Amino acid sequence: MRTKGFADAIEDALAQAMADDDRIIILGEDVHTIRRNLLVRFGKKRVMPTPISEGAFVGAAVAAAMAGLRPVVEVMLIDFVSVAMDALLNHAAKIAAFSGGRWRVPLVVRAACGGGYGDGGQHEQSLWGWLGHIPGLAVVVPSTPADAGGLMLAALEHPDPVIYLEHKLLADYWLDSMGAGGRKTVRYDVPAAGARGPVERVWRPVPIGRALQRRTGDDLVIVSVGVGVHRALEAAAVLAGRGISAGVIDLRTVAPLDAETVCETVGRTGRMLVVDEDYRDFGLSGELAAIVLEAGISGKYGRVCTEGTIPYARDLEDQALPNVSRIVAAAVELVEG
Amino acid sequence: MQPDLKLLYTKMLRSRFFEESVAQLWREGLISGEMHLGTGEEAIVAGVVDHLQEGDAMALDHRGTSPLLMRGVNPVLLVREFLGRADGLCSGMGGHMHLFSKQHLAASSGIVGASGPAAVGFALAALYLRPGTLAVAFFGEGATNQGMLMEAMNLAVVWRLPVLFVCKDNNWAITTESSLAIGGELVSRARGFGMPAVEVDGRDVLAVWHAAREATDRARAGDGPTFIHARCHHLEGHFLGFQLLRIVRPPFIEALATTGPLLRSALRRRGAPLRDRLEGVEMIVRLILRTYKEDSAARRTDPLVRARRQLELEPAELAALEEEVAHQVREVIELATRPAA
Repeated sequence: MRTKGFADAIEDALAQAMADDDRIIILGEDVHTIRRNLLVRFGKKRVMPTPISEGAFVGAAVAAAMAGLRPVVEVMLIDFVSVAMDALLNHAAKIAAFSGGRWRVPLVVRAACGGGYGDGGQHEQSLWGWLGHIPGLAVVVPSTPADAGGLMLAALEHPDPVIYLEHKLLADYWLDSMGAGGRKTVRYDVPAAGARGPVERVWRPVPIGRALQRRTGDDLVIVSVGVGVHRALEAAAVLAGRGISAGVIDLRTVAPLDAETVCETVGRTGRMLVVDEDYRDFGLSGELAAIVLEAGISGKYGRVCTEGTIPYARDLEDQALPNVSRIVAAAVELVEG
Repeated sequence: MQPDLKLLYTKMLRSRFFEESVAQLWREGLISGEMHLGTGEEAIVAGVVDHLQEGDAMALDHRGTSPLLMRGVNPVLLVREFLGRADGLCSGMGGHMHLFSKQHLAASSGIVGASGPAAVGFALAALYLRPGTLAVAFFGEGATNQGMLMEAMNLAVVWRLPVLFVCKDNNWAITTESSLAIGGELVSRARGFGMPAVEVDGRDVLAVWHAAREATDRARAGDGPTFIHARCHHLEGHFLGFQLLRIVRPPFIEALATTGPLLRSALRRRGAPLRDRLEGVEMIVRLILRTYKEDSAARRTDPLVRARRQLELEPAELAALEEEVAHQVREVIELATRPAA
């Protein structure tokens, strides 16, 4: 066992995979700077900066994956994937189906996601539900260094496209770049257990589509992903002080959902609270309710999500994104209301 | 019609002092996330915005502060927006990358290239609703590789729209130099769409002003769009706290923090042959050296210094003007940072 930061863990796992498989290349905006440690080890043929042309280079990465490479394509922030959406929605996600399963697209799209540092509504979105909505795309959102490395490895081994999202509050270099910029005068609510933690010496894949119970509880289960998991754990500790026993499920993968783990734990407690930093409507929180209902489980349900465009102002932003007090209030309402 | 250089210089100075004060608020931590300044772009912005009239529209990128200020947006509202206050220009909802003033038909976007389609739409509305008015799109050279901007340029030509496409070319898309990202040459690229395109020195406000005069005349006369390519430097790099500048500027803490992991990774077992690794190292070294060189070039070619020289005022007169503008900006900051009533 050793300890690593969230971002270091991803880079370490990626380097291990790149050393094992020379079909893996990284392309995207500014990757010669952002992935400079990989550039100096694997050379510029495998770490290629692109122009700001998401439509072209994500589309090209799709076809390069079809033709034998294993590209990790980076669009910096997931908000910017909107510019390349056709490549994902109409191509990456559909080639396997269109070809009758004969042709797969082993592509990883890597991007930073999430808010909590005052950057406004075009730079702080999560969008995993929006992407998970599309059949043919897997979406992973790690919440710890161990999962960050393991899921990167799994994404690289996956035969179909995977969207890999790293939260900016967990990945130190993103938070410094987009938030602090070297300042000591700003503070962000970074979950310590997510930003740094124990990892294996040699990376092994964390299976895609497998959730993890981070905390057990009898009264309700809080289901979340990414930074939301840490907010949920913090809320669960507060709830314990009030005599409410809350379990926490870390989905780790948004699509495909681990319906079995979710239904099993919700079935036991009869109450599910979804904490989702992505938009509330037509997304992950509704999907979780659907799979539970489809499984014939009846119970109480609540959700704490982002409901509208994320405000720039820090105080408004704190209220808009799921925070501990909103989670505690919703949990109390579910159990006692 | 001839430019009023003193007025242009005053606008540039005001924008510079204003953004320097914003930078100070950012350093103090009163502005949380990113902050992209337009320091170094003032000659381009002043030279273009000076021609705008009632009913003209502006499509802005992530450096909208300077154009809005020069267009006449209340600077107190801008500062309050950056501070995330409910009494800011956009109620604290937008922040510096998403500034909107409906009254001035001015809209920003943090998505690179988005000002192209926006200007086309504003120009289309101008054609129907406000004949004789026009739309300006401000963007960096990095945006010229974005499909939506190229498509917008074509659309403006085939619809003969009153648009000024103003490219503020600082040679860097964040940390990617144009030589790695731009094929061909931008003026010819624009001409390839069938629109007149001019190259001007973006550090020379008079040169920009004259180019923009011709372009706005053409647009207002119904003769379609123009592409203006203006080179500049950014005094603070891509944004405040820009990592590359932290590497090349004292106290060099960032340089030390970056070097360790870089060397360790370059020496790791398994990976590319030595030659490829050295090429990678060379790429980083070149990036840092270029940053260092351009940082000093930016200071030498400051558009304000150029304009001041062209102005030929007595030193005492210049000093008085500077003090007056500085005083105005101090008053704005003081008023804007006062607690809400």
